[in-house]
Amino acid sequence: MASDTPLLELEKVSKRFGPVQALDRVDFAVHAGEVVGLVGDNGAGKSTMVKTIAGIYTADEGTIRFDGEEVRIKGPQDATELGIATVYQDLALCDNLDVVANLFLGSEEVAPGPGRVSRQLDEAKMEHQTSDLLSNLAVTIPSLRSEVGTLSGGQRQQVAVARSLLGEPKVVLLDEPTAALGVAQTQQVLNLIRRLRERDLGVVVISHNLADVFEVADRIFVLRLGRAGGEFDAQQTTEEHVVGAITGLGEDNGGTERAELEAEKREEGR
Amino acid sequence: MSETVESAEAQGPEAGKGEGSARRETIRRIVQGDLASLRVVIGLALIWIIFQSQNDRFLSAENLTNLGLQITAVGLISVGIVYVLLLGEIDLSVGAVSGLAAAVMAVLNVKHGWNPYLAIAAAVLVGCAIGLLQGFLFSRFGVPSFVVTLAGLLAWQGALLQVLGSTGSLNINDPKITGLANTFYSDVVGWIFAAIAIAAYGAVLAVGYKRRRDAGLDAENPTSLIVRFVLVAAVVIAAILVFNSDRGLPLAILILIGFVVGMEYVVKMTRFGRHVYAVGGNAEAARRAGISVNGIRVAVFAIAGTMAAIGGIMAASRLLAVNQNSGGNELLLLAIAGPVIAGTSLFGGRGSVWTALLGALVIGSISNGMDLLALSSAVKFMVTGGVLLLAVLVDAVARQQRQTSGRV
Repeated sequence: MASDTPLLELEKVSKRFGPVQALDRVDFAVHAGEVVGLVGDNGAGKSTMVKTIAGIYTADEGTIRFDGEEVRIKGPQDATELGIATVYQDLALCDNLDVVANLFLGSEEVAPGPGRVSRQLDEAKMEHQTSDLLSNLAVTIPSLRSEVGTLSGGQRQQVAVARSLLGEPKVVLLDEPTAALGVAQTQQVLNLIRRLRERDLGVVVISHNLADVFEVADRIFVLRLGRAGGEFDAQQTTEEHVVGAITGLGEDNGGTERAELEAEKREEGR
Repeated sequence: MSETVESAEAQGPEAGKGEGSARRETIRRIVQGDLASLRVVIGLALIWIIFQSQNDRFLSAENLTNLGLQITAVGLISVGIVYVLLLGEIDLSVGAVSGLAAAVMAVLNVKHGWNPYLAIAAAVLVGCAIGLLQGFLFSRFGVPSFVVTLAGLLAWQGALLQVLGSTGSLNINDPKITGLANTFYSDVVGWIFAAIAIAAYGAVLAVGYKRRRDAGLDAENPTSLIVRFVLVAAVVIAAILVFNSDRGLPLAILILIGFVVGMEYVVKMTRFGRHVYAVGGNAEAARRAGISVNGIRVAVFAIAGTMAAIGGIMAASRLLAVNQNSGGNELLLLAIAGPVIAGTSLFGGRGSVWTALLGALVIGSISNGMDLLALSSAVKFMVTGGVLLLAVLVDAVARQQRQTSGRV
C-alpha cells in the first residue's frame, strides 16, 4: 500500500525556543496513501512539529526531505508550493461567506477579459468545481450557497479539509480534526480522512482522541517531551501501549513498566 | 402520473408543515437581517405615509425631486462608508474630508482660476490621498481606525479653515461645477435613461440565469427573477414620471445611482470585493488564504476618502458655495447611520452598497418631512438620534440571534 520512499521525511529535526527544546532530533515520515496519527501529551511538541512542516517555524537543525529530495521550508508559501496543506484547529473559515467563496478564498476564478482588477468572478465555474470536489469526497452540505456560519461543526471541518485540497497537495496535515465534534460528525470527518488516503495522499492527523486515531490511522507516532516516543502499527498495538508511550510509563515494551511501577506503588502502600 | 399523485399525497401533511415553517423562516430572516432591505422598504413606506398624512406636499413631484437632490451628497459619502463598515471598521473623518475636498476645489477654481475639471480632479485626489494616509496609519501601526479617523476629523476641519483663509466662505460661479447638482434633463432624455437602465437590468438577470443553467447549476426560479425585474422596472418608471412632472431627471441622481451600481458591482462581483468581505468576516482566515489584508484595508480607506470628496463636491455644487461649515454638522453621523439603518452591519462582513442609497433615502425622508412640518431643530436632532439608535439596536439584536442560533 505505502510506497518505499516517504513523501515527507524529517531527519533529526530540532527546534528550540530560548531555553525550551520543543523538538529534539525527531525522525518522522509519511508515505503516500498512509494516515499517520500524531499523538502526545500537551506540550509534547505536536504543534511545533506541524508548524515546522507547514513553514510557520523553521527547523534549527536537521533535514526535511520531500519526495526523497532535501528541501528548505522557510515560510508557509514554500510548504504550499511543495504540496503540503495544513488545516488548523480554528479552521480559518469566513463565516459570513458561502461554501463556494470559502473554498476559493484567495484563489478565486475570474472570467476572462481585460483589466485584472475589474474582472468579474466566475461564480458558475467555482460552484461547479466545488460541487464536483465535494461529491468526490462524498461531503454532503445542504446548499453550496449557505453561509459557512450556518453549518454544523462537522460540515465546517469538512469544508476546511476540502478547501486544503484545492491546491492539489500531496501531504495534508490535520490539527485536531475531531475536537469538539459529536459522534455522527466525527464519523463524517473520519470517513473524509479515509477518502484522502484513497486519493493516495499522505495524511498526518494530530489528535488527543486515541479512539479516533486508532479508527483511522495506519501508523501512530508518539511525541514525548519533544522526542520521538515510539511508533506503533495501529493494527498491532493496543491503546494501553500508546498511552504508555505518551505518558512515558513503559517506553519500549508498552505497559509492562507501568505495571511494575503500579506494583511498586502498591508495595509501598502496604 | 400515478406516482406523482402518490408522492404528492405522501407529502401532503409534510408539505403543509413545510409551508408553515417556510413562513416562520421568512419571518426569522426579516428579523435577523437577511431580508433587511425588505424591512427597510416597509419602514420607508410607513415614513412616507405618515408625513404625507401630515402634509400633502410631501409626496409631490417637487418635494420628491428635492429629496433626491438632498440625499445625493450624503448617499455618495455613504457608499464609501459601506466599504469601511464591511471591514468592521469606522471612518469618522469622511465629513471633514468632504468639506476639505470641496474647499480645495473651490479655492483652486475661484481664487486660482483652475479649469473646473482639474479642480474637481484635484479635490478627488486630496480625498483619496487622505484615505490612503489614514488607511496606512491604521493597518501599518495597528492604531484603531476609530482613533486615526477621529484625529483626522479634527485635523481636516482645521485644514478646511486654513484652505478657505480669511474669507471663510467662497461662492462658486463656474457653470461646470454648479451644473453637477443643478442640471435637469428633458422628459425624452429621462425616458431614454429609464429604457437603458431597465434593459440593462433585464440583460444582467437573463445572462446570469443563462450562465448558471448552462453550467448545470441550480438557477434561481424564473418567476422570482421576473418579479424582481418588474419591481425594478416599476420603480424606475415611477421615478422618471415623478422627475418629469417637476424639473426633469437630475444629473445629481444619475451620478449617485451610477456610483451605487458601480461600487455594488465591485464589492459583489470582483475578487477585490470578495476579499473585502473576507477581511471583514475573518481577517486571520483571509491572511492565511494569501490575501494582503493590509492592502485591502488601505484600499478601502482610500475608497472612503475618495467617495467623501465626491460627496463634498456635490454638496458644494448644490449650495453654490463652500464655507466653514461645509462637511460639518450632522453630515458624518447621517452618512454612517444610513447604511446601518438599511442593513449593513457595524460588526463587519455583512451589507451591500445598495444600503447606502436606501439608508440615505430613509434618513433624507425623515429630515425632509420634519422640515416640511417646520419642526424645531431640537425635535429633529432627537428624532434622528432615536432612529439611529433604533437601527443599531436592530443590527445588534440580529447579530445576537445569529450567535444564539449558532451562526456567527
